[in-house]
Order: sequence, then C-alpha cells, then structure tokens
Amino acid sequence: MTTVAPPAAPAVTRTPDGVGEAARRPDGIAKVRGDFAFSSDLRHDRMVWGATVRSPHVHARIVTVEVDEALAMPGVRAVLTAVDVPGVNRFGLEQRDQPVLADDVVRYAGEPVAVVAADDPETARRAVERVRVTYEPLPALTDPEIALSGDGPPLHEGGNLVRHLRIRRGAPRAGAAVVVTGEYEVGMQDQAFLGPESCLALPAADGGVELHCSTQWLHVDQEQLAACLALPPDRVRLTLAGVGGAFGGREDLSVQAHACLLALRTGRPARMVYGREESFVGHVHRHPARMRYEHGADADGRLLYVKADILLDGGAYASTSHAVAGNAGCFAVGPYEVPSVEIDCRAVYTNNPPCGAMRGFGAVQVCFGYESQMDKLAAAVGIDPVEVRLRNAVATGSMMATGQRIEGPAPVAELLRRVEEMPLPPSLPASGGADVRLLPGGVANTTHGEGVRRGVGYGVSVKNICKSGGYDDFGTARVRVGVAGDEIVASVHTAAAEVGQGLVTVQAQIVRTELEIPSVVVLPADTAVGDAGTSSASRQTWMSGGAVRQACVAVRGRLLDRAATALAEPVTGLRLAGGRIVSDRSGQSVDLRDLLAVEDVDETAVFRHRTTEPLDPETGQGDAHVAYAFAAHRAVVDVDVELGLVRVVEVACAQDVGKAINPPAVEGQMHGGIAQGVGLAVMEEIKVRDGRILNPSFTDYLIPTTMDMPSTRLDILELPRADSPYGLTGVGEPPLLSAPAAIAAAIRAATGREVPRIPVTPDALTS
Amino acid sequence: MRVGLEVDGKARTADDVEVGESLLFLLRERLGLPGSKNACEQGECGSCTVYLDDEAVCACLVAAGQADGRRVVTVAGLSGDDGLHPVQQAFLDAGAVQCGFCTPGLVVAVHDLLRRTPDPGDAEIREALAGNLCRCTGYEKIFDAVRAAAR
Ligand code: FES
Ligand code: FES
Repeated sequence: MTTVAPPAAPAVTRTPDGVGEAARRPDGIAKVRGDFAFSSDLRHDRMVWGATVRSPHVHARIVTVEVDEALAMPGVRAVLTAVDVPGVNRFGLEQRDQPVLADDVVRYAGEPVAVVAADDPETARRAVERVRVTYEPLPALTDPEIALSGDGPPLHEGGNLVRHLRIRRGAPRAGAAVVVTGEYEVGMQDQAFLGPESCLALPAADGGVELHCSTQWLHVDQEQLAACLALPPDRVRLTLAGVGGAFGGREDLSVQAHACLLALRTGRPARMVYGREESFVGHVHRHPARMRYEHGADADGRLLYVKADILLDGGAYASTSHAVAGNAGCFAVGPYEVPSVEIDCRAVYTNNPPCGAMRGFGAVQVCFGYESQMDKLAAAVGIDPVEVRLRNAVATGSMMATGQRIEGPAPVAELLRRVEEMPLPPSLPASGGADVRLLPGGVANTTHGEGVRRGVGYGVSVKNICKSGGYDDFGTARVRVGVAGDEIVASVHTAAAEVGQGLVTVQAQIVRTELEIPSVVVLPADTAVGDAGTSSASRQTWMSGGAVRQACVAVRGRLLDRAATALAEPVTGLRLAGGRIVSDRSGQSVDLRDLLAVEDVDETAVFRHRTTEPLDPETGQGDAHVAYAFAAHRAVVDVDVELGLVRVVEVACAQDVGKAINPPAVEGQMHGGIAQGVGLAVMEEIKVRDGRILNPSFTDYLIPTTMDMPSTRLDILELPRADSPYGLTGVGEPPLLSAPAAIAAAIRAATGREVPRIPVTPDALTS
Repeated sequence: MRVGLEVDGKARTADDVEVGESLLFLLRERLGLPGSKNACEQGECGSCTVYLDDEAVCACLVAAGQADGRRVVTVAGLSGDDGLHPVQQAFLDAGAVQCGFCTPGLVVAVHDLLRRTPDPGDAEIREALAGNLCRCTGYEKIFDAVRAAAR
C-alpha cells in the first residue's frame, strides 16, 4: 500500500475570520430574519407584471399569433412576440440557437412564444390565455437514438448531432482475461432550486435597462441580452439579486430577456416571477444518459481497456450540451489507469425539454456507468469492490483517458481507504421490531422489516475544476481600502455570483488574511466591475478568490510604497502588521490610517489560471483541464426486497479540498451535494412522456426531505495544490459525483439485482 | 373584499382582496412583507411557514380571507428589536444557512417544534421538519441548529 505524503502546507497566517477559519456569512443575519431580498422579493411602485405564453406542442410550426384580444384587456400594457425582439432573436451559452420568443417553429413543450405585461399578476395570467396562437404540429422527435440515427426530422440546421467526442488512446483492445459489459441509464434530474426564476427590469434614462436578477454569471447574461435587445453592453446593466440556489440551472437565460423587453416597451419597471410549474419548464435539466460499456482486464482485475458509448439527450436547444458531452467523454473511465480507451460520447437534439448545466456536469452520469462496471469487474475477478478500485486508481503522475498527466494531488486510493475504514452504522435488530421510522418506507410501511436487507457500496469520482479546453477563463476583483470614522475599512467588489455557496464569506476572509483588516464589506455583485466568470465548474473560489488575493497584494504594495515615503525607508524591509506598517530594519512604524488619510487605495486585479488546450478532434487527446478533484463515497442502504423500497441509511464521503478556506462551508457543500446524489439515486426524475414533463411540481418531483436524508460522515483531506490560491481545490461538485454510484452499488449488494438505471424505483426492484 | 389582520404585532388592512388569493400573496404582494417565501405555492416546501394565531401553517394554503381578524407572525416577528431569536442565532452559529431561501420557513417551523417539544430527539426533529424542503444544506447543519437552540 502506498501512502499519500501531503506536501508541506503553504504558510497562511491565522487571522481571525481569515482564510481557514469558520467565518460567518455576511448575509446570514438578513437571511435568518427574512430581510434578505431574493430576486422574487423585488418590487417597484410603478411596476408591471410579466407572464409568458408557452407552446402546448413539442414540435410545431407557428402559423399566426393574434394578440389584439389580449392587448385590449383593461390593465394589459404590452403583448410582445418574436417580431418585437429588436436585436438577434437568439441566445445560448455555446451556440446562439434558442429564440427569445419562438418565431417560426417551437421545439419543446413550454417554449416561450409571447410575453405580456399587466398591472397585476392575475390580469397578466388572464391575458396569456387570450393570446391566440395557431400551430401546425410537426412530427416530434423524442427518442435520442432516433435523433442519432438521422431517421427523425432535423430540428436545427446541420442536423441533430450537437457533438460527437471521440477519445482514442493506446492499442485497440488487447486480449483480456476478463471482459464485462453493461448498459446503463440515468434519468433527467432537475436542479430544483427553491427560489423561483425572477427578476426586476428597470428602463433607464439612457434608453438602456437595469436588470436585477438571479443568475450564475452576470457578464454572460449581459452579453447575450445586449445582442437580443440591440443595445450596447454598457446600456444593459445587471445587478445580482438574492439567489435562491442555482446548481447550474441559472446558467442559461430564463426570465431575463423577457423582462427587459417588457420594461423597454412599457417604460415601466417589469417584474417576472415563475411559479413552480413554470420553473420546471423554464430552465434546463441534467442530461439523461444512455451508456454502453465494455471493460477488459487481466486476471487480477487490472484494466487493459475500456470501451464506452455514451448518448446524452440534450433536448431542443444546445445550451451547454457541447461541454457536458466533453466532460462525460473525458471522465468516461473515471479515476482509473487504463492503457487503452475507445470512447464515443454524443449529445443530440430532440424535442424533449432542453438540458444543460447541473452540478456534476456530465461527470455524474458516467460515474454511475463506470462504477457499475467496476463492481461487475470485481465480481467477475472474484475480488472485493474496493480492492478492484485500489488496483486501478490513478495517482499523481497518472495519465487520464485524454492523455493528460495528473499534476496535482490525486489521492483516490487514500480517499477510498478512508471511507472504507469509517465505522459502519449499527445494523437493524436481527429479530425484527425496529423503529418503523427507520425502515424503508418509514411510517407508511406495511411490513415490519421482514424483507429488509442491508447493503454497502462504494464509488469514487473525478471532475475537472474551472473551465477547460483552451477557454480563456478569468476573474476580476476590485479591492479598496479607506478610513471610515476612525476605522480602516476594506471593500471588495466583484461580479461573482453568490448562489448560496458562501463566496461572499470567502472574499472577505481573503481580504482579512492578506491585509489584516478585520472590517471588510463585500459589495453587491454587478456589471460595473469586470467579468468574474461563472459561479459553476467549482471554480469561483479559485478564480474570484484568486483575483481578490491578487488585488489585495496590489493594495498592499501601494500601502508599502506610501509607508516607504512616509518613513523615508526602502520598501523591502517593510511589512504589514495589524493596522500598521512596520520596518524590521529601524523599528519605525506608521499607522495605516495616516497613510490613507489623504486618499483611499483602490486596486483592480484580473486573475487567470494556466492555459489549457482543446482536445484533438480525432483522438480526444490533449492537455484540456486545469485541475482535477476527487471524492469517494460509501453508502449503506436498507432495501425492503418485497416492497422494492429503499432507505439510504448513511452516506460517507471523503474529499480532497486542497485547502478548506471556510471549513463549515465546505461541510455544507458536502452535505448538500450528497443530498442531491441521494435524490438522483433513489427518487429524483423529471418524467417526460412524448416530450412533456409529467411531474412539474414538488408534489410529484421528489427531492429528499429530512426523512429521506441519511446521516452523513465526512472526511476532509487538505492536500494543497501548487497552482491555486492557498492550495485550494474546488469543492462544489465532487460531493455529488459518486454518491449515486455508491448508493446503486449498495442496492446491488443488498438485493443481488443488477440496478442498471438510476433513479432506482420500487418497480425496478420488484419486477 | 377588505381583509384586516395583525402581522408581527402591527394592524394591517388590504382592500380588493380576491376570493382565491392566498395569505402568502396578501403578505408578500399586498402588504409588501416578503419575509415568508414563495417556492411552490402548493403546500409542499414549507418556505412560506408562518403562525396564524398560534398555529404554524403554510401561508400559501390559507385563503387571505381566512386571516381576517386574526394574528399572523412571520419570521420577521420572531426577533425583537433587541436582536435575534435564539433559533435564528442557532441557524447562524451552526452554518445552517446557504442560499437562505428555505430559512425563514424553517426558522418558524423550528420555533414551533421547540415550543411544543423543548428537547426533541433526532427522529422527532426529522419528522417535524419533513414539510420544509431545503435544496442546499442536506439538512445536517439545520439539525445542528435545532439541537443548539434546544439547549
Ligand atoms: S410556498 Fe407554501 S409550502 Fe411552498
Ligand atoms: S439554504 Fe438554500 S434552500 Fe435551504
């Protein structure tokens, strides 16, 4: 067994509420008091209410749209259709293929066709019903296999294939002693953030618009909106309103363009708030996946080759399908050393609901596939599931499927051993008679646990952190230091979206650490400062954190310059120490307040990570990723094999975070990620039939409640990276990645069934 | 119709309230008190939990007219001017707040739980909060907050 020798921790001085400390959220008090303004709380005295006319068809040509009757209603201020979009009637994160309002054809059920504005929400709703749209239904394409075969109708110019990523490495399939194959499926999961899509758009005096909205990336919204509205970007000003969760579901535009159009047309502030059903229809979901795998190994279970064929249903518009397919392909074999790989990953257009970003972004789906295969391999070879993983685990210096060497920490074996060594939860009393609340099905159960079997399963996972494939990824931060009253106050300003993850806390922690100034104000995120990039890809602490630190270094440099002048000494011997700058050489010192008396210090910095390159289009080889993060999960489940009911008893997760900038926030991310993994494993699925969502409500789309959530055990490793601020690694996505795979494995262990599809339903376990 | 009620200790009235309107709409949109949140408007998520007289209810399931002449306490009414209620403080201390959208409803639900059961066991906590969804925290730190506030 190898042990991981962590490099020496970088020198981070302990500062109260600084980096590494359990600092409190600056927005916490407002949130517990109910004072915090979420985007759905915004209002304005003169505002109009927007509402959306949506297509009932999954695929149809629009023949006519008649708005006169709606427009004539008292209280209705505007009814807008595609012809009222002043700029390009297309938006999209990777390809601008999605209409703001459908012009010619609708491609999914619920696609926006018109928007109305009225004096009150009830009138707006009624006006929606009076907009008469005539459609000519077109043949619907709802099966991704048919989309791929080319037998269905082409939904976009250029056909229905959004991306085909080929990854080829090593000699094709060498003779293997053991071969295991499998077909796996992952259903469509929803981000199901609690705060509905909502915003307030204010027409501005310069003919532009000021938009207060929930989003994950202000600048990419701004850029798309400016094009749709035919305005220069500086006249589309965005401010982040309180975000009630995101998880990838706010990367794409939803209400933003519609509200801006209504505000500009009516000359009044326009407010839009989706109801829950509309929210389910109005944002992109996690791509459902179908996967075919073949793993070849030697007699000891060492992998010789992996062949994978992955098909992702991207739905009606591209959104981030290209990048999701990239991730699913790159991570199709998981954190394992494999000499030979043959991976084909495709994403297609269908008339299903559009799919895009969700926490884990393509890596979650394939993790269920490759980890299912590893369990099968272990069984075929006759070794323990943990052992088969240990024999194949990557380590620092290993090569990924894409040919990229792992340069940072890769403690896969260590993480696995850690979850394996954690104590197991107590078993149910052998004689029956357990507390029914602890049985699968809980108090609604009809048995007393006679058919309950316990299972334990494992999963490990890998995910890229930050943007990949040659993308110019950067973050911008502005830090200003001045004196207010008698106190030194620092303010930090970025456009980085706080979506609940705790970025606001981290920004202040970094300023406290770097400048030793206790009093830090984090200004609201808006487009008045440079681009921060997206709050996704587990990148924001790395990128905006890096920018804040860099801005602090610049501020400190300026302060030292001023001190050098004031003390008439060279800068080199000076250092910051608790609100003063002291000279080690002469023992002289100067108070920061004196240095700041005349003028504040204000510095803006742009932070970039190292450059990456795109994958080779033929072989899928390339140095495409900045960094990898790893996690391991162990799940314990009880399954009532007669009823097909599953209770997840416990999930343990070990994760390497590089450096825990705020340890409780890291734990919070881990708990929350595990919960979403539990959901995907056993309950969460958007049911789509003939292109229509059947369960767009919290009654029918089930997310884990307090009764469903197992207890969790966490183990946080801190193996610092050489290439990131404070050695950190992004933490947001890994806790979710291998949780569903581990739970599926545990269900397999309990039932002896194959479990080829998640979420696992009672039907699947009893049929 | 006209609805008169007391919210967080203050008398309020709203005119032209429609028959189908919910108490949640009345509070948020007519009275401009957005403390209770609107995540499902179907009684499934608990984000809108308030006290109606002394009972914790989902404000989205109560018709506005039903609140006429009654007393409503929202999350904003739990903290006095002198600071935070111990339940609110416990949420902060435990790190039980992420996006915070579920928080107002959960604070009221936890307040209600502890009023009835001052020292709840784990199973009781889970059962009592089963009607309040949180998508961010995985609940673990919310349970910590309940246990801390119970002390
Ligand atoms: S908004 Fe009332 S329970 Fe969800
Ligand atoms: S903290 Fe976001 S929903 Fe609970």
